[in-house]
Amino acid sequence: MKKGRLKQILLITDGCSNQGEDPSAIAALAKEQGIAVNVIGVVSEDQTMDGGIQEVEDIALAGGGISQIVHTKQLSQTVQMVTRQAMTQTIQGVINQELQQILGDSESMDDLPPEKRGQVMEVVDELGETVNLEVCILVDTSASMEKKLPTVHEALLDLSISLNSRMGSNQFCLYAFPGKRKPIDKLLSWTPKIDSISHVFSKLASGGITPTGPALKEALKSFDKRSRRDLAAYDGAPIEEAND
Amino acid sequence: MTEHLSKKQTIKFTPGTIIVGKWHQKQYQIIKPLGYGARGTVFLAHSEYGRVALKFGFDNAGVTSEVNVLNKFSKVQGEPLGPSLYDVDDWVTKKGAYAFYAMEYINGTPLLDCIRVRGFEWAAIFVLQLLKDLGRLHEAGWVFGDLKPDNLVVTGPPLKIRWLDVGGTTQMGRSIKEYTEFFDRGYWGFGTRKAEPSYDLFAVAMIFVNAAEGRRMEKGQDPEKNLIRYIQSHRKLAPYADVITQALYGKFSTAEQMRKALLKKINETQSEAKRITKNQVTKRKSKKKAEWKGTFLLVSIILLAYTLYVALFIM
Repeated sequence: MKKGRLKQILLITDGCSNQGEDPSAIAALAKEQGIAVNVIGVVSEDQTMDGGIQEVEDIALAGGGISQIVHTKQLSQTVQMVTRQAMTQTIQGVINQELQQILGDSESMDDLPPEKRGQVMEVVDELGETVNLEVCILVDTSASMEKKLPTVHEALLDLSISLNSRMGSNQFCLYAFPGKRKPIDKLLSWTPKIDSISHVFSKLASGGITPTGPALKEALKSFDKRSRRDLAAYDGAPIEEAND
Repeated sequence: MTEHLSKKQTIKFTPGTIIVGKWHQKQYQIIKPLGYGARGTVFLAHSEYGRVALKFGFDNAGVTSEVNVLNKFSKVQGEPLGPSLYDVDDWVTKKGAYAFYAMEYINGTPLLDCIRVRGFEWAAIFVLQLLKDLGRLHEAGWVFGDLKPDNLVVTGPPLKIRWLDVGGTTQMGRSIKEYTEFFDRGYWGFGTRKAEPSYDLFAVAMIFVNAAEGRRMEKGQDPEKNLIRYIQSHRKLAPYADVITQALYGKFSTAEQMRKALLKKINETQSEAKRITKNQVTKRKSKKKAEWKGTFLLVSIILLAYTLYVALFIM
């Protein structure tokens, strides 16, 4: 497997969507384009999340990612754990495909004897450490999330510390929904490090609607823009050389 | 570590259940659960190796990673660092296959309980032992990662600190995958989560802090300042504050450096303690002398007054 990029959308929310497209459908679309969708449902200590849990799990399942429901206090550790587990899962998926091609249809990593499995796992770990990662983070800033935003902010800084301790490179971008006029607002364009986002979070106006589907759709587009920009940069390089 | 609200496939066995591995056909009879962790469940079991700890993970990938680490540990020369690994296998049920491994059952007292019972002076000694083992692990190219009292027990006598759960061990230069916030350098804002010796040494310093009070304080608004102030003002920690602070700031590049600095500090504080007791003894002596002087003075005054009385009125 060549060292490509892993692409992930990380959705942090606390409840049901109530506007626009079905978020699970958009997540399934993301999966088709090789982008895993992870969902973290945040509940405060005194709150339950009955209807929301199902949606959180459905989106992640459709998006080939991982879901987790947590109390606000545990958010930091969960965000980095979910991101990592999803990376491992994606890499394992690719390796399983390769194994099936070599060993036949039904074979996957779990069918190997423990000793061989250990060797494959070392490759998975190695790739997880060195692969380049792109994470588009979507934060639900509807009214009920307002009190949780300082914790979300802290968790994202923490995620940046964790991922930037890896050997591979990282790119993050950050969106909040609902936006002021649009379904979603961009808070941060693609950047290798998340820092100094405290000011963007304090300016947010929390609204009543939760357009999770449209927000996911917008996040999907951000990857398109990124690969086009990459292509342009790649095309530019040889021309510069020729001019020299 | 964290407990999550969403469901996780926790395996439960009733005592007496017999488990047979799919690949190696080894038999295990469950005695009792030993602990439910963030990554899996550990059971005590009878086997042909004697009593063993059986670990079932939540996912097969996790179990496989841990087994890889245990295999690496066994290659480090000298006294065993972690529990020895006996067997790795799958247990097949109707619901699916569960990966598990059998390892040495280390029967000891949890570190903090041991320090609570025996006294805080033991904390420094266990830290010295821990630093020696960490030095060997680092030299082999590995970093422990999730270092915390829950992963450490004391066996013996002779009392010796042992590592229980080595699943977080990471190759030097990579990133730490598992950590516990209180013992994590990134959480307190003291640096990255890169696997390097200073990451473990930070955790060692925090184990010291945790052992002094038994509880883990909150991070608060200004974590760095709060933490340093706490250490400098704490009665039990103050004597070691210098070494602890240096470890927190990553000033030691090897475990051996920290070990030497701590050993020096322990010797200093012990001789200082001796000096203090000596001073107190001399003070007490001089106090006694003063009391005696006072009595002497009183007696002479009374004697003088009596002489005067006799001289003036009787004569």
